[in-house]
Amino acid sequence: MERINLIRSRTVVLPSTNIDTDQIIPARFLRATTRQGFGQRLFADWRFDASGAPRPDFVLNRPEAAGCQVLVGGRNFGCGSSREHAPWALLDYGFRAVISEQIADIFSSNSLKNGLLPIVVDATTANWLIAHPGVEVQIDLQACTLTLPEGVTVRFPIEGFARYCLLNGIDELGFLRSQEVKIRAFEQARP
Amino acid sequence: MRTLYDKIWERHIVVPETADTPAVLYIDLHLAHEVTSPQAFAVLREQGLKVHRPDLTLATMDHSTPTRTEQVFGGAPITVESAAAQIEQLEKNCAEFGIELLNLRHAERGIVHIIGPELGLTQPGKTVVCGDSHTSTHGAFGALAFGIGTTEVGHVLATQCLLQRKAKNFAINVTGRLPAGVSAKDMILSIIGQIGVGGGTGHVLEYRGPAVAALNMEERMTVCNMSIEAGARAGLIAPDETTYEYLRGRTRAPQGRAWEQALAQWRALPGDAGARFDCEVTIDGGRLEPMISYGTNPGMVMPIRGNIPERSGDPAFDKALAYMGLRAGEPIRDQAVNVVFIGSCTNGRLSDLRSAAALLRGHKVARGVHLLVVPGSQSVKHAAEAEGLDRIFIEAGAEWRESGCSMCIGMNGDNVAAGQYSVSTSNRNFEGRQGPGARTLLASPQTAAASAVRGRVTDPRELLAG
Repeated sequence: MERINLIRSRTVVLPSTNIDTDQIIPARFLRATTRQGFGQRLFADWRFDASGAPRPDFVLNRPEAAGCQVLVGGRNFGCGSSREHAPWALLDYGFRAVISEQIADIFSSNSLKNGLLPIVVDATTANWLIAHPGVEVQIDLQACTLTLPEGVTVRFPIEGFARYCLLNGIDELGFLRSQEVKIRAFEQARP
Repeated sequence: MRTLYDKIWERHIVVPETADTPAVLYIDLHLAHEVTSPQAFAVLREQGLKVHRPDLTLATMDHSTPTRTEQVFGGAPITVESAAAQIEQLEKNCAEFGIELLNLRHAERGIVHIIGPELGLTQPGKTVVCGDSHTSTHGAFGALAFGIGTTEVGHVLATQCLLQRKAKNFAINVTGRLPAGVSAKDMILSIIGQIGVGGGTGHVLEYRGPAVAALNMEERMTVCNMSIEAGARAGLIAPDETTYEYLRGRTRAPQGRAWEQALAQWRALPGDAGARFDCEVTIDGGRLEPMISYGTNPGMVMPIRGNIPERSGDPAFDKALAYMGLRAGEPIRDQAVNVVFIGSCTNGRLSDLRSAAALLRGHKVARGVHLLVVPGSQSVKHAAEAEGLDRIFIEAGAEWRESGCSMCIGMNGDNVAAGQYSVSTSNRNFEGRQGPGARTLLASPQTAAASAVRGRVTDPRELLAG
């Protein structure tokens, strides 16, 4: 796992509330047995029409979206299916963080395990970001701060252990495996 | 004073949570399927790891599997090639890692959330996980059951544990008694409509009250199944005599003395009187009505006899209605229907098929309507056939298929065409869920069957009244 500390990028905004993981990556693209290549299917039905041609009005198809690493979404981003293919697709496409007023639990957990930062901010900050697409923001994982243009800084919550793992490039599985003695003791103590 | 959730949580702590680290939580039952497991097995292989407790994982195939009999049993090729590859990969993974697999032709195969309870593996007080968000279904037994991602599937395979932070407690009280023609599906759709699709985020819901206690196990599973549609981590119903009666004698439930011991433990599980919840809502079950969804998430629901709400200045709402081709302020009753799907982990159990069949008996599906009935498991299929339900469906003009997720998720080629309206007993009406451009109206099996007969969105009470 790569270490993450600072992310500096312009934002792409998808203002809709309740963007579900079926939109992020439609189910028909889940018939794969590896983790690679989901980026080309990211938001497939919003990005492409039935013939496969890009929809020019969709935000990811506009030239200013190129190279953006931060996605701002409406409230309750990532709801629905538990498919981890959703953060895989976002990361593979080039996103490194998602900012929203509320982020669904399973999506958030899946994102942290793959190095995609789920950043929850207050309604005022979220609404400001939605109203100002394309602004340059900085995410500092060490300080847990999001810096908006003109130096406005807001703190964001993030689960402490996941943060530690991301800052240090540690895999959570390694930590779980290091608990093996306790796990075996727990199993033996059960009726 | 502890809630049911508090008690199950405490019984599974291997290492308690601290400010710095989440709890290490022990998992009693892991269900695996072909779509969200291959990348987890790949990690085990890359790291040279074994499965810590192969006896606590059961695998089956359901999401991308064919439902046409000739493809399941007749040797016809599976038309969706990538699905065939996933099925093959799961067989390989289970053989290599020593995991029991109920494969495509197995008589006990079915949707993961249907077969766990059916076999008696889902039991009160257990922790149950699966790489599928509808794992919340198993909460109907007073089991702490939740969906996980593929990385966590790997964690469970390698260690039988997960790193978890404790969620908050949310009580959903449903008072009174459901009126005739109103089902468990209508109850949960009403609840989601009230608390919203994000309303349960960070919480475990506990459904309580007389209207919940009066539900049978299959109905309770329908309610808990859709907890995730309110954003909740899990949904729970306290175990009681209904739960124990359902489990008694099931092949993988405890037997003999072990049964008596289990029963004594289970009886101690319900929350203490006076246990505190972080959040609470109360709904009058006696005033619930048949519900139907009109938008593109399961919180966009309405009583079937009502008018589509109006919400000015909400672009997401307008976008949803534009996708659905529906208009605010208008009734949804009599909306023409192209497809009716009866099945899924929400409503694919025997009692669901019975209540749909009761409405279809002696009727024909309206001209131009495609009715697809997909039992939730092979056991449900055989039981339905034993009592002649398949004949009722077929004589009404329906297609009767082998079990699987089918048209709920549209991964296996069972799709709704773009622009078509589908009344579906499944759990998600997201854009494209049943196929690109498909328009899904979520409803109960009764409403689905009545709408198939009339070819229009129909209140099932009209047909029930004769």
